[in-house]
Amino acid sequence: MKIKDIYDTMTYGPAPEDASEAIQFLENHQRTFKLFINGKWTAPSSKEYFDSINPATTEKLAKISEANENDVNKAVAAAKKALPEWIKIGAHQRAKYLYALARQIQKHARLFAVLESLDNGKPIRETRDIDIPIVARHFYHHAGWAQLKNTELKDYKELGVIGQIIPWNFPLMMLSWKIAPAIAMGNTIVLKPAESTSLTALLFAEICQQIGLPNGVVNIITGHGKTGAALVNHKDVNKIAFTGSTEVGKIIRRATAGTGKKLSLELGGKSPFMVFEDADLDSVVEGIVDAIWFNQGQVCCAGSRLLVQESIADKLYKKIRVRMESLRIGNPLDKSVDMGAIVDKGQLKVITDMVQLGVDEGSTLCQPSWACPKEGYFYPPTMFTGVSPSATIAQEEIFGPVLVAMSFRTHKEAVKLANNTRYGLACSIWTENINLALDIAPQIKAGVAWINCTNVFDAAAGFGGYRESGFGREGGKEGLMEYLKPRIEDSFSDKPTQITIDNSVAENTKPSTGIDRTTKMYIGGKQARPDGGYSTVIQSTKGNYIGEVSKGNRKDIRNAVEAAHANNKWANMTGHARAQVLYYIAENLDIRKDEFASRIVQMTNQSSADALQEVAVSIERIYTYAALADKYDGNVHHTIHRNVTLAMPESMGVMGVVCPDESPLLGFISTVIPAITMGNNVIVIPSEKAPFSATDFYQILETSDVPAGTVNIVTGAKDELAQVLAKHDDVDAIWYFGNKDGCTQMELLSADNMKRTWVNYGKYRNWLDTAQGEGTVFLKHASQIKNIWIPYGA
Amino acid sequence: MSEKPMKSNNQTDTTLIRNEGIPFDASLFEDLHVNRSAVERRAATLSGRRSVKKEWQAAWLLKALSCIDLTTLAGDDTQGNVLRLCAKAKSPVRLDLLKAMGMNNENIQVAAVCVYHNLIEDAVKGLNGSGIPIAAVSTGFPAGNIPLKEKIRQIEISVAAGAKEIDIVVSRNLVLNSDWKALYDEVAACRKACGDAHMKTILATGEIPTYTKVAKASWVSMMAGSDFIKTSTGKEPTNATLPVSLVMIRTLRDYYELTGFKVGFKPAGGIGKAKQAINWLILIKEELGNDWLNPTLFRFGASSLLGDIERQLEHFVTGRYSAAFRHPMA
Repeated sequence: MKIKDIYDTMTYGPAPEDASEAIQFLENHQRTFKLFINGKWTAPSSKEYFDSINPATTEKLAKISEANENDVNKAVAAAKKALPEWIKIGAHQRAKYLYALARQIQKHARLFAVLESLDNGKPIRETRDIDIPIVARHFYHHAGWAQLKNTELKDYKELGVIGQIIPWNFPLMMLSWKIAPAIAMGNTIVLKPAESTSLTALLFAEICQQIGLPNGVVNIITGHGKTGAALVNHKDVNKIAFTGSTEVGKIIRRATAGTGKKLSLELGGKSPFMVFEDADLDSVVEGIVDAIWFNQGQVCCAGSRLLVQESIADKLYKKIRVRMESLRIGNPLDKSVDMGAIVDKGQLKVITDMVQLGVDEGSTLCQPSWACPKEGYFYPPTMFTGVSPSATIAQEEIFGPVLVAMSFRTHKEAVKLANNTRYGLACSIWTENINLALDIAPQIKAGVAWINCTNVFDAAAGFGGYRESGFGREGGKEGLMEYLKPRIEDSFSDKPTQITIDNSVAENTKPSTGIDRTTKMYIGGKQARPDGGYSTVIQSTKGNYIGEVSKGNRKDIRNAVEAAHANNKWANMTGHARAQVLYYIAENLDIRKDEFASRIVQMTNQSSADALQEVAVSIERIYTYAALADKYDGNVHHTIHRNVTLAMPESMGVMGVVCPDESPLLGFISTVIPAITMGNNVIVIPSEKAPFSATDFYQILETSDVPAGTVNIVTGAKDELAQVLAKHDDVDAIWYFGNKDGCTQMELLSADNMKRTWVNYGKYRNWLDTAQGEGTVFLKHASQIKNIWIPYGA
Repeated sequence: MSEKPMKSNNQTDTTLIRNEGIPFDASLFEDLHVNRSAVERRAATLSGRRSVKKEWQAAWLLKALSCIDLTTLAGDDTQGNVLRLCAKAKSPVRLDLLKAMGMNNENIQVAAVCVYHNLIEDAVKGLNGSGIPIAAVSTGFPAGNIPLKEKIRQIEISVAAGAKEIDIVVSRNLVLNSDWKALYDEVAACRKACGDAHMKTILATGEIPTYTKVAKASWVSMMAGSDFIKTSTGKEPTNATLPVSLVMIRTLRDYYELTGFKVGFKPAGGIGKAKQAINWLILIKEELGNDWLNPTLFRFGASSLLGDIERQLEHFVTGRYSAAFRHPMA
C-alpha cells in the first residue's frame, strides 16, 4: 500500500510476529514428538501418532505421540522412582530448581509465546503479555514456597506421585499452575497436556532438561482421553489434578472414589458479570471485552452471563455493540489482533450450534458487521440480548466468544440471577460503590469475585470453584494444600474401634419400669418423630436394652435439608457471636456431665472414669472451636499492584456430617462442632449403634441459643441415610467417618453435584487424642476460600 | 477485516460544525464515575493490542506530525528562535525523505505554531503564506491566577495580533472546589472573547486529584463552547498521560452523542517520542474512530516530538538508524 493512501485512510497494516524460531523448534524434533519420561524422549509403545493442527490455518504443525497404558505405567514408575531422592534433597534444593525453571522460561519467553499461539490459535498479544508472564510468575512464587516448606508448612508432607491433566485453553499456564506447586512441595508428577495443544508442554520438557531437573520429577505424556483415564486409574498415583469440563470431572470423581487419591478439579463455569447503575460504563465495556472475548471466550471463568441493571441496560448494550465493531479478528500472530482462532473444528461447531440454538429460542443476536477470515476456525464476537434465564444459552457453558445478557431490577434479584446456575467459578461486580460491591461479593456462590476488573490472575491468590465448577484451589497458600497432607495422618489406625454388641451376656432385654422415654430426631429446632413411624431398639455392648431411637428415612433427610436451608441466621453471625453460642453449649454440657457420662457407660459399658473423661474432652473440644470461631480467618494476598486481594474462608452452606460409630459423644462433638463453627448448617447422622449421646444433646442445643436448623439430627441406618445425603443436590458438602465401602459410596454419589467430600478411607482417628481429634484441618474442610479482588485508586 | 476509509484530511476540515456549547446542566455529569484502575488497565494494554509497522508506521508518523502544535513557550524566546520554528513548521521533513515516501506533494506541515502573546507578531511574519495558524497561550498561562477581566483582555489582544487559536487555562481553584457553574461562566466568557479564533481549554490535569473530576471539568469546558480540550500546560509536574487522555476523550465521545458537536483533543507536555505519538493515535482511533484522526480534531502540544519523528522516518527510508544532527533544527 502507498504511504499516501495509508495517510489518508489511517488503516492498520499487517504486523506479524516472526515464527521462525518456533518452526525451528519443531524441525529440531523432525516435527515428531516423543514422550518425555524419566528425563528422556521415549517413543510411544503404541507406535501411534496424531497431528497437532494450527487452527488459524488448519496446517499440521507436528506429530504427537499417543501414550498407551504401557507408557503411562512407565511414566508413573519413573515418577515413583524419582520421589525418594526428590524428597531427600530438601526444600532449598527444590527451590533452586523452581527458580531455574522460572528463569529459563523467561529467557525463552517469546519462543513459548509464539509456539502457544501457533498451536492454540490465541493471539500473540495474549500469550506474550498475559500467559507466559503468568507462567514465569507462578514458578517464581512457588520457588518461594519450596524454600519455605519446612518452616511455614512443617505440619504437612508431600503426597507422592501426582497425575495432572490439563486443558487446551491455556496450555502452558495450566501446566505451570499444576507443576509448580506439586514439585515445590516435594511431589513428582506425570502430566498429560490436552491432545490439541501439546507443544508448549513438550518445549517445557526441554526446559526441564536444560536446567538439569532430576530425571523423573517431571514426566510429560501426550495423548487423548484414554491416556488420561489410564493415568487417573493408575494405582501408584496419589493425587489427580484436573482442569477441564465438568462432565469429565465427574467421571474422574467417580473413577477415583474410595481410592484415597486426593483430587482437585477445576471445571466449567457460567460466570456472572454484574453491572450496577453507578458503574463506569466505558470501563465496563472494556471489562466485557476482557471477560468474554479474551482467548475467544474459551475461558472457564469467562464472564459469559452479563447481568445489568435495567436502568442502564440499553445504554450499555449500545456501547457494547459499538465496541464489537472495532474488535479485530485474524491471524493470531498479528500483533494488532484482538481475537484469534477457535481451538479446533469441533469446538467451532459447538459454538456455532449453540448460537443457532440461541437464535431459535428467541434471543436477540448481535454480531459485528465485518466478516471473519474464511480460512481457519474463526468465530466472531457475539452478544445475545433479551435472554431469559430459562434459555439454554443462559444455562449451558458455551466456551466461545458468546455473551448472553439479561437485566435485573434490584440488588436482590441480581444476586438471585447470578446464583441461578449449577456452576460457581467466578463473578465480576461493577459498581463505584464499595459498600455495594462488598455486599454482593460474599453473596455470590463463586470461588473468585473480581470487583471492577475481570480475568485477573496471580500466583499468590487461589483460584477455583464452588458447586459444579469443581473443588480445590490453585495459587496461594490455599492452592499448596492440594499437594500436601497433614503429617498426623500417618499416625491414624487401620483398625476400626467399632462398637460390638455381645448378646450372650445380656441381662435385661426389655424396657425397665418407670416413665417411658421417647427419643426423637431433631429437625429445624424441633423434636421430630420419624416420617416412617418406625423405631429401632438400641442395645448396650453387653446386649442390654437401652431404649429405642427413631428410624429415619429419606424423607426425614429431605426435611432436615430443607430446615437447614431455611436458617440463614447462623451463617450471618459474627465469629464472636458463634463463639458465644459454642461456649454456652460447653457450659450446659458441663452442668450435665454426669448424665452424659452415664449414657456413655450405659451404651458402651466403659468405666465411669473413662466416660467422664470423654465428656471432659468433649467440653475441651468445644472450647477449642469456640476459641477458633473468631480467629480462623483469611489472608490479604500480595498480588498485583494496587489491589487488595482478600482470601476469605466462607462456609460450605449445608453440610452432611456422618459421625463415627465409636466415641458416641466425642465423635459427635468432634465432627459437628467444627462444621458449625464455620457457619454451616448441618444434618447429622450420629453413631448408629450408640446414638443416644447425640439425641440427648438436642436438649443442650435447645437451651444454648443455637438457631433452629443449624444442627439437625436424623437417626437410623447410617449408610442408608448417608447415601440419601450424598445424593441430595442441595447439600454442599459431606463428611463421612466410617468404613471403607461407605467412603467409596460417599465420593461416588457426591459426583453428580460435585459435593465436597471428606472421608476417612478406612483410617481411624483416636478422638481422645487432641492431635488427631481436632484442629484447623477440620475447619479447612468445613469452609472454602473465596478470593475477592478489590482494585483501588481514585 | 474491513475498515471504513476516512475522508482525505490534508489540513483542517472546514465542513466541521463548530461546538457552540450548550446551557450549563450539572445533571449531565453529576453522576459520572471513572474507575481509575480500569482506565489505567485499558490505557496500559492498548499499545500491546495494536502495532503499526513499515509503510503504516511511516504514514502514521506523518499523520502525527501533521497534528503537532509546534511549540515554544520559554522565557528566553526571541524573534530569532520563533522565526526558525516557523521555518521548520512549514517544512518539517527533509524533502529527500518526503520524495522517497511519495509524500512530497502532500503539503506536509505541522498543524500550528504555538507561542506566547509577545511572539505572535514574529510568528505572523514567519508563517506568512503557509496557511499554518498561530496558537497563543493566554489567560495568565500557565497558572491562570489573574482576574477574569485580564484573561479576556489577553485573549482579545492576542486575537487582534493575529492568533487564530487561543489556548486558555482553567482556574484550578474552581475545579478543586467543584464550582462548576463558575467554571462554565469563565470558559464561556473566554469563548466569547475568542470570536472566530478556536479555543483550546487546558484543564491542567496534573493538578486535578481524580479522574472523575477530570471528566467533570471536561464536560463543563465542552458545555461552555471549547473547540478543544487539552490536558496540560506542559508546566505541571505531570503532563499528558494516556489514562487521563482516555478519560477526557470518552467524555468527548459522550458529548458528541448528546449534542452532535465534535470537540477536539490535545494532549500536551512530555510527548517527545515517535512511539508515544503512535500510542496516542491508536488511542484516538480505537476510542473515537478515524473522524478524530486529523488536525481539525486532534493536536499534539509538543516541541521535541518532531525531531524524533524525523529520525524514525529516515530510518524507514534508509533502513539505518538516524541521528538528530542529520535533520535541520528548528
